[in-house]
Amino acid sequence: MKKSSIIGLIVIAVAVTVIISTSADASAYLTFDEAYELAERGKSKKIHVVGQLKKDASGKPTGIYAGPNKLSVSFVMVDNNMKEQTVYYDEPMPADLLRSEQVVVVGNYQDERFIADRIVLKCPSKYEETEL
Amino acid sequence: MIHQSLGDTGHLLIIISFVTSLVAAFAYFKATVNKEIGTDSWISFARITFIVHGLAVMGVVSVLFYIIYNNYFEYHYAWSHSSVNLATHYMIASFWEGQEGSFMVWALWQAILGFVIIKTNKKWEAPVMTVFATVQAFLASMILGVVFGDIKLGSSPFLLLKDVINDPIFLINPDFVPEDGTGLNPLLQNYWMVIHPPTLFLGFATTLIPFSYAIAGLWTGRYKEWIRPALPWAIFSALTLGVGILMGGYWAYETLNFGGYWNWDPVENAVYVPWLILVAGIHTMITFKKSATALKTSIILVIATFILILYSTFLTRSGILGDTSVHSFTDLGLSGQLLIYLLFFLAVSIIFAVRAWGEIPSSEKEASAYSREFWIFIGALTLCLMAFQVIIPTSIPVFNEIIELFGRVSNIAPPADQIEYYSKFQVWFAIALAILSGTGQFFFWNKMDKKEFANAIAIPLIISLLLSAIIFVAAKIFNPLYILVLVAGIYSIVANANILIKLFKSKSYKLTGGSVAHIGIAMMLVGIMFSEGYSKPISLNTLTISKAWTDEQNSTNLPLFLNQTSYMDNYEITYRKELIEATYLPELIKKSYVDDTEDPYYKVARQSILINGKTYAEPGDTLYFQTPENTYYQIDFKHRVSGKTFSLFPRIQTNEQMGSDVVSPDVKKLWNRDIYSFVSVKPPFEEELEWSEKVTEEVKKGDRFFVNDYVATFDGLERVTKVSFTELLGDDIAVRANITVLAEDGEKYLAQPLYVIKNGRVAQVPDVIKEIASKFQIESINPDNGSVTLGLNTTQKDYIILKALEKPHINVLWIGTLVMVLGFIIAIHRRYIEFQMMRDKGVE
Repeated sequence: MKKSSIIGLIVIAVAVTVIISTSADASAYLTFDEAYELAERGKSKKIHVVGQLKKDASGKPTGIYAGPNKLSVSFVMVDNNMKEQTVYYDEPMPADLLRSEQVVVVGNYQDERFIADRIVLKCPSKYEETEL
Repeated sequence: MIHQSLGDTGHLLIIISFVTSLVAAFAYFKATVNKEIGTDSWISFARITFIVHGLAVMGVVSVLFYIIYNNYFEYHYAWSHSSVNLATHYMIASFWEGQEGSFMVWALWQAILGFVIIKTNKKWEAPVMTVFATVQAFLASMILGVVFGDIKLGSSPFLLLKDVINDPIFLINPDFVPEDGTGLNPLLQNYWMVIHPPTLFLGFATTLIPFSYAIAGLWTGRYKEWIRPALPWAIFSALTLGVGILMGGYWAYETLNFGGYWNWDPVENAVYVPWLILVAGIHTMITFKKSATALKTSIILVIATFILILYSTFLTRSGILGDTSVHSFTDLGLSGQLLIYLLFFLAVSIIFAVRAWGEIPSSEKEASAYSREFWIFIGALTLCLMAFQVIIPTSIPVFNEIIELFGRVSNIAPPADQIEYYSKFQVWFAIALAILSGTGQFFFWNKMDKKEFANAIAIPLIISLLLSAIIFVAAKIFNPLYILVLVAGIYSIVANANILIKLFKSKSYKLTGGSVAHIGIAMMLVGIMFSEGYSKPISLNTLTISKAWTDEQNSTNLPLFLNQTSYMDNYEITYRKELIEATYLPELIKKSYVDDTEDPYYKVARQSILINGKTYAEPGDTLYFQTPENTYYQIDFKHRVSGKTFSLFPRIQTNEQMGSDVVSPDVKKLWNRDIYSFVSVKPPFEEELEWSEKVTEEVKKGDRFFVNDYVATFDGLERVTKVSFTELLGDDIAVRANITVLAEDGEKYLAQPLYVIKNGRVAQVPDVIKEIASKFQIESINPDNGSVTLGLNTTQKDYIILKALEKPHINVLWIGTLVMVLGFIIAIHRRYIEFQMMRDKGVE
């Protein structure tokens, strides 16, 4: 076999490994119901859920509770299927949670509780202000 | 007053720059087709047009900076990115905080680089500048801000506030100008924000040069000749882009408290990938110059670098990363335009390459495993695979968009733990690269066969195995993967140093660029292995701080009570003070020395402020604070054995733009490790306090008493004529008690509770001294025996919770960075001299 063919094969093998591993390690955007089902089936894979904070009639976020000394936080999130779910986060409240227009939580159900490892926030005002 | 003409001028200049770039592109195109060189008609016309274009770009930049600098908040850009209380260097930074400004920086660099090309290379000017001017037209279109029917072309930085924001105030008063802007995000108020973006954009801009040469070569049939002038620029580009990326990493490490210097965030990946491809391209270009192989590969890699820069621009600016990145720009509605920009140059590159492909010389002979070409080719291939591994997962949001474009639903998300996911692959590529960069050196300088190679490699190999063995025993490294990284890294350093010494012996200093850069990269690899692989918390603690925390969190966060010494690592550590930064004072001052006023930027001194024997403020003096949002916590460290001391000042920023607090670390650099510490929980004093039951104390002037175990002296009552909360009239009376408390280290605190009789009603105003966790109140004044009854409450002492990490041998990473930069500079010098010599001979 020619050297270039061997190299070619190795390159293809690495590329295929990368693609397969990407799809294997990739997480997924799910709803809370789907995430719950996943956990029921004994899968501990971390997934992404997209949604918003629960808002009261005046549009203020509601259902946010800081833990003792504000070392942790829990909040009620509404996913895109309008399902409400309390999310627990073992870190101090992220800087711009209250102002976020969209919340993405990365985590899974553990003992019937949704535990977030990471929160990604989309804020209307992060770089551009829209109100005086 | 609205400075309307200023914005109009700016907008006009943008239009001029857009039109002139199009005209210059056309004229240079004509000049290329007519094969003009030097002072022919199309080329002179094109040159003048491009110079006008460059001046217009500079004009746009000046106008926008003028608006920011003079606080013309009637302009949306100034209002949303700057403010009155911003230092001048941060006004420069606010220029590129927004997308429009950062496009302008990019365009400015490219205009300047265009001037350099016109000046230094007449022979290639026409085709190269055709590409340049076209790219400039695309960039200018991003800030054009012109609407054709339903299509909005670009977003202008010269929009007036009233045209952007719907607020009823503009109906009442169309000329309303806000007093102050909303400012540069305090988190970004850091010197890195001043130097990192322009460096990165210079890196972006310079990738255009090798790309333009490659396209020019394909276009004019000079398939080989483009390499020589392009090579020094390609190396310069890799240098600036690399430095820009590393600056970002250092910034993240030092200020932003991301925990590390690299987080595999999509925005970071988006520039890392083109850098890898560019470095691969430089290697194949060098092989081509030596032996006329790898020409096609070089063309592909140089083109791919530029296309990937455009792709990264698209990713970070189109809003597509919205869900996945913590720091991409907000969407300005330019995604369509950005996509056209990317696809246009992709199409142009493919067309030119396909047209010329059959004519590009390539060698049919297969390279031997004992040749330089073979090793460099494998190295370049590894770099490409390394880039491929990163770009695929980073592009997941793009795949989702594409799938959704075809009406399907896709719910793939990027890997949940990015750092772990990318690291586990990248480390293997890095090991391979270290081995290749060491081995390749033997073949680079001499032709070798199997036997000669065995002889050449034997000694360096033995030395590096020995060295690694010593290091891994001394540093107690037992993880097999890390041992492998260490051996590969040391091998690369030794093998390259071996060549370096030979080059020094033969006095060929000019040729040392490659081996120096390789040593730098290998040092970086070793530094990353130590500092990331062996980063560990040293703020160990056996108490349960909070039940809501995991065991891991509880055991690695250390509570520190004010002035109470704890033990951490080899140090006695003590939380001493809470400090703030008064703008015109030489040092930070204690927060308790000043009282707030209604304006957050001004505070009033409670007591005289003495620094190094000089009095800077008397009680009642007003001081200016440019950054009142920042609080620093002084923590004193004393080494348990040597007794050496130092202090760290981690910071907490009350960041209203971000909605709450932002934590920044302070880092102590020791020769063998960094101590990286930050306040993970700020003092509870800001919140509501639980006070003990009140104790009363009846005292006369001069009496001493205890409060919270401190000795206090009552210095008597004093009548005051003014109080801050109400106006005193007629029969109203206000007195205050002066109480001095002696605390640790001879520090004295003055407590001044007030007793006010207004309209016959009594008001008691307590005074809280945070440092001794006590509240003082005048309960009653007893004229019969001349005494005063004080009410005293105490509370838990002020504390912070500290988290400290040890980052071993991180200095090896930073030193490696500098060595790599040096290597690049040597290489640029060598390749530029080569180009100059050939140019002056008239070859190019």
